[in-house]
Amino acid sequence: MEFLNTIFSPTANEAVVNLIYIFSSALFIIGLKMLGSPETAAKGNLISALGMLVAVVVTLLDQSVTNFQWIFLAMFLGAFIGAIAALKIEMTSMPEMVAIFNGFGGIASLLVGSSEHILSSTDSLGILIPIFLTVVIGGLTFTGSIIAYGKLSGRMNGNPILYKGQQWINGLLVLLLLFFGFEMIVNQGLVFTLNWQVLTAIICLSFLLGILLVIPIGGGDMPVVIALLNSYSGLAACAAGFVIQNNVLIVAGALVGASGLILTNIMCKAMNRSLANVLFSGFGAIVASGTSKGEQGEVRPIVTGDAYLILEAASSVAIVPGYGMAVAQAQHAVRELGELLEGNGTTVQYVIHPVAGRMPGHMNVLLAEANVPYDQLIEPGDINPIIESVDVCIVIGANDVVNPAAREDNESPIYGMPIIDVDKAITTFVLKRSMASGFAGIQNPLFFKTNTRMLFGDAKDSITALVSEFKS
Amino acid sequence: MEPTFILLLFVLVLSIFLGFELISKVPSTLHTPLMSGANAISGITIVGAILTSRTESVNVEITFILGMLAVFFATVNVVGGYLVTNRMLSMFKKK
Repeated sequence: MEFLNTIFSPTANEAVVNLIYIFSSALFIIGLKMLGSPETAAKGNLISALGMLVAVVVTLLDQSVTNFQWIFLAMFLGAFIGAIAALKIEMTSMPEMVAIFNGFGGIASLLVGSSEHILSSTDSLGILIPIFLTVVIGGLTFTGSIIAYGKLSGRMNGNPILYKGQQWINGLLVLLLLFFGFEMIVNQGLVFTLNWQVLTAIICLSFLLGILLVIPIGGGDMPVVIALLNSYSGLAACAAGFVIQNNVLIVAGALVGASGLILTNIMCKAMNRSLANVLFSGFGAIVASGTSKGEQGEVRPIVTGDAYLILEAASSVAIVPGYGMAVAQAQHAVRELGELLEGNGTTVQYVIHPVAGRMPGHMNVLLAEANVPYDQLIEPGDINPIIESVDVCIVIGANDVVNPAAREDNESPIYGMPIIDVDKAITTFVLKRSMASGFAGIQNPLFFKTNTRMLFGDAKDSITALVSEFKS
Repeated sequence: MEPTFILLLFVLVLSIFLGFELISKVPSTLHTPLMSGANAISGITIVGAILTSRTESVNVEITFILGMLAVFFATVNVVGGYLVTNRMLSMFKKK
């Protein structure tokens, strides 16, 4: 009995809770590590989920938590809505789904920070500064994600919204935020004396900043934005960890923050642009004029019958999907064509550019949904050295990532961006609705190359037509 | 600076380095599951949400509402994030 009393005394209880938090942090680390390899990823996700479950259960068992019924109600509602959304969502809508979940993480951290600020009357800088950071990062993650959601789901126009003095307004907002941050941290406020006034001002300004930071970013740059917002949602949780002085929040939040930053960096490198350029230049809106040289020669269209004959004789085919494949929902038809080609003795590979689509790995998820094995998916660096020997490249709804101007035209806004050199293949089919230019608004010299054939029409219809040619 | 803060900062810095080491070599095939899996982990703020919803406080009403909302949003993030990641990963197959 003596022993039990020791364990369940308040201080010992706190120690046990903290030990279990360490255990749960370890599960997050192992889970995240396993997410890095296709063989172990699914298991890794489960281990990380177990870490979360352990952390939640031990928190609920903590003696200072009393109003269980309300907490359970909120958790039940949240779990219900989260589960429905996660299980019902179409794979093509995955980018906006990830965006909205990011936003929810952000607002939750903001609420935790705000609530703690109202509850405590601390004047410790080690708490007040994290409260400020939690609210600011959480707030801008929330509204930024909502805007990203709007742009990705098509509820909002995806084009960059630019206006004069945009950077000045953003700069002014940041200064205002810093001013209110100072008001919050220095307890004897300079102008405002009531905590809630300062807190409300900070929340409103963070919301506004989140909106203003994301509206100038165009649809094709969304992979960077989603990765960055992902990082922010982690950093907000991390800051909240300082507020409630809890290690598991700090470890988990920092891991997410770091992983989001790495992805952001990979995306920027894949476009050969700096993060500042992605965030502030309004790419796609300004380049549309000026640099495009207009018509660059003759376009050679092809009909599906002829395309079939070339494919039928090909010994190697590389399929290059882009956002257009997602829009046309063509992934299943593409897989069917790939299988028929393989049945015909052709080697089929799928070349995925890191920024193809609207989020990191977007094309990989769609092809996985269509049952394309992931070892058939390769990166541009794997195929470019041998692309001269590829018989046919099929470009499906991709544009900027196969634009040779990135290699040849040093005046092009995408000059220097690593691309897939499909123009060097023996033959390239470009599946395209019309001659409109891609997200960056740049004319694509690929369309005028002598070895390029344009297969006009809806990507799904064209592929389906090819499939039926093979079957007949 | 109080000792607790320094200790927490210590944990933060180590975790950031650990995070960079863990993720730096992820194949692009897994970028989306990694992102949504990491996103689910960021829902750890649910622990903060539960702790902040404890009742013994002066300003019960407002912090109670804020806490419940935080629990709700964090749970959507956690449950939705893990389920959607699991759904995606179950589709990734080898030949």
